[in-house]
Amino acid sequence: MTREGWIRLGVVLAATAALEALCRFGAIAHTVVLAPTEMTISLWRILLSGEYNADILLTLRNVLVSSAIAVGLGFALGAIIHALPRVRGAVEPLLASYYSIPTFMFYPIFIVIFGVGSQAIIAIAVLLSIVAMITSTLTGLDRIPPVLRKTARVFRMSPPARAVLIDLPAAAPYLFTGVKLSFAYALIGVIASEFILSGAGIGYSIAYAYNNFSNQRMYGLMLLVIIVATAANTALDAIDRRLQSRLRR
Amino acid sequence: MIRAGDAPTTRSAKAANDVHARLTAVTRIYGASPSGARLHALGPIDLDLKRGEFFAVVGPSGCGKSTLLDVLAGLAEPTEGEVVFEGQRVRGVPDGIGVVFQEDASFSWLTVRDNVAFGLRRAGVDAAETARRVDYAIGFMGLREFARAYPAQLSGGMRQRVCIARTLVLQPRLILLDEPFGSLDQQTRLLMGDELLRLWRETKATVMLITHALDEATMLSDRVGVMSARPGVFIDFVETGWPRERDSRIVSDPHFGAVTARLWDKLRVESLKSMGTTA
Amino acid sequence: MKRFGDFLILLFALFAVWQGLYAIAGETTLTSPAATFVHLGQLMRTEQFWGHVAETGWAFAMAVAISLAGGIGLGTLLGLNRTSGVVSEPILIALYSLPKVTLYPVVLLCFGLGISAKVAFGAMHGLIPVAIFTMKAIMQIKPVYLRTARVLRLSPSQLAMTIALPAVLPEVLAGARLGFSLSLLGVLIGEMFASKRGLGFLITSAMGLGDIATIMSVAVFLSIFAVAANALLLLIDRAIPH
Repeated sequence: MTREGWIRLGVVLAATAALEALCRFGAIAHTVVLAPTEMTISLWRILLSGEYNADILLTLRNVLVSSAIAVGLGFALGAIIHALPRVRGAVEPLLASYYSIPTFMFYPIFIVIFGVGSQAIIAIAVLLSIVAMITSTLTGLDRIPPVLRKTARVFRMSPPARAVLIDLPAAAPYLFTGVKLSFAYALIGVIASEFILSGAGIGYSIAYAYNNFSNQRMYGLMLLVIIVATAANTALDAIDRRLQSRLRR
Repeated sequence: MIRAGDAPTTRSAKAANDVHARLTAVTRIYGASPSGARLHALGPIDLDLKRGEFFAVVGPSGCGKSTLLDVLAGLAEPTEGEVVFEGQRVRGVPDGIGVVFQEDASFSWLTVRDNVAFGLRRAGVDAAETARRVDYAIGFMGLREFARAYPAQLSGGMRQRVCIARTLVLQPRLILLDEPFGSLDQQTRLLMGDELLRLWRETKATVMLITHALDEATMLSDRVGVMSARPGVFIDFVETGWPRERDSRIVSDPHFGAVTARLWDKLRVESLKSMGTTA
Repeated sequence: MKRFGDFLILLFALFAVWQGLYAIAGETTLTSPAATFVHLGQLMRTEQFWGHVAETGWAFAMAVAISLAGGIGLGTLLGLNRTSGVVSEPILIALYSLPKVTLYPVVLLCFGLGISAKVAFGAMHGLIPVAIFTMKAIMQIKPVYLRTARVLRLSPSQLAMTIALPAVLPEVLAGARLGFSLSLLGVLIGEMFASKRGLGFLITSAMGLGDIATIMSVAVFLSIFAVAANALLLLIDRAIPH
């Protein structure tokens, strides 16, 4: 690990230790925040008891399904828009300002349409993450060096062959950035939805525990989300970086 | 090692054997602290820059040419030795020195005019004088048409002209240039070289040009210093003997080939060394 | 002109899709574009509606102020030193991609159920991107600018004001735009989760009552505001030379 990596680890450990100390010495009330060690013990118990397993699996499933749809549909739409310059010219300003709109506020509409359940959650999560994939696809297809396309023509490749053998690998780093972003947004969308209104899932469980003053469970589950989210995003980011470094020839 | 100033140039009058800047036994060693790895980047260097001369420095990559410039300009402290400019020891950047860097240093958020005026305004020069000098420099560097443009709208060569103009308005007595034409194509380089000579004659400043292009060094300067591979020291000083009124057409002079050949003769061995192979 | 024409066609297409969905889904699940705008007009004539707007607006304004001041301050501090910048970047990015909604109960436990909790939500969401963009911008100031400043013998404050600030401004503005949008999102989600006032609350209570028209009206209102604000910020961005 690099020198900065060690410093970083030190900073995180120091912050956690500080929080632990503040909680143990009563500077922070027990009813407000639990000490990190207590949170960890609570999480351990939760995992052992398995009582939240169904919720955990449900949330995970919804996140993966939403990501998959966003990536697949986003790529397809991105490729189509890329192929139609006039459509692209009209659509691009909208895409650019898309993330300035708090799209999450459309969640209640989906609840009215689909009822409370996974469908509404997946719908809003896809709505949140699809545009990131579309813009990444557009950028990726843009950045394929023209000389590679010319090479394809010299080799007399058919469009589908060129798309799979040249376009896809050449655009892959940018496409993967889209995958990374889609996953992160899908995760945020699913958990936020479960929080606001839902009947099951980790987000719902945390909100339920909060409303019922079960701080132990709440913080245990919160810690779970923090760990899983950070681990998944860090892993995807590491892969993204490696792919990006391929670009710097 | 040949000491500069041993053979007075025939062109300059006896009185003008005036030393403008002097480096004595200057070395620069990075990481001279106990823990860091030591990198002996430069020296020992002995150099006398005569007032008003055009001096070029050539050497293999990594030999410390840029470090030499940094030390002379007061941007870096020598680990050993002494740097003297106009009779005073150099501590920080002294007044009267201008530097043109290799990279584009033009400020992207200012127009050409505001870029050129930048140094004058920061130094508190009054508006009328600033306008006078800026107009002159812009005209001199051929930027009049682009005075209100932004650097992003200009080519690399034009942007370097902006940087040169910005240095020129401050009327420096010593001008240091670190491979200023590095990113330009050959033809633009030749023309920019002519501009530089015009600038030199006009301002009567002392000029030190660092370049990796031998023809550029030969064509532009009164004297060329050849540096060895790292740690760089001067292994030769070559007088070109050109008249003051010169331009790029000097390449057709037979003496040009002789000088360039002598430079390459010394430099070739050093370049191979810096690449890690032997002759 | 052609571009604007294309844009209008697209807008028209969006409305057509909306109308089509309404035709398929029926009165109880969606309202038509026309009906939505009519309802919005009615809402905008009530005092109650503007009370909610004021609540959200006020929380949002404060959240943005904290996000900008805190984000620029933090980003500058971390960016000035190369080591602190490299150390902090992954930590900030991890915080950025975390579903911060998970931390809402903590905020509520600390701040209670009032407007300060909402401001905290908004600031949580907006501060981090502003900090990240500012920090990176400062770390990426062209070294040749710093050397130029030394050759021109500028004082530290001259360096900061006349070179560093203009050099980082474009990136900081990009971060500010993002922080602006995310602060709004944070405040709204906070209101949807735990509030008795504000536009977010209006949406969730309308949902409870099955009042689809209000949900869509408020959504349209917020969309128009968000797009207009973003367009304004973009104009400001373009007006500054860089």
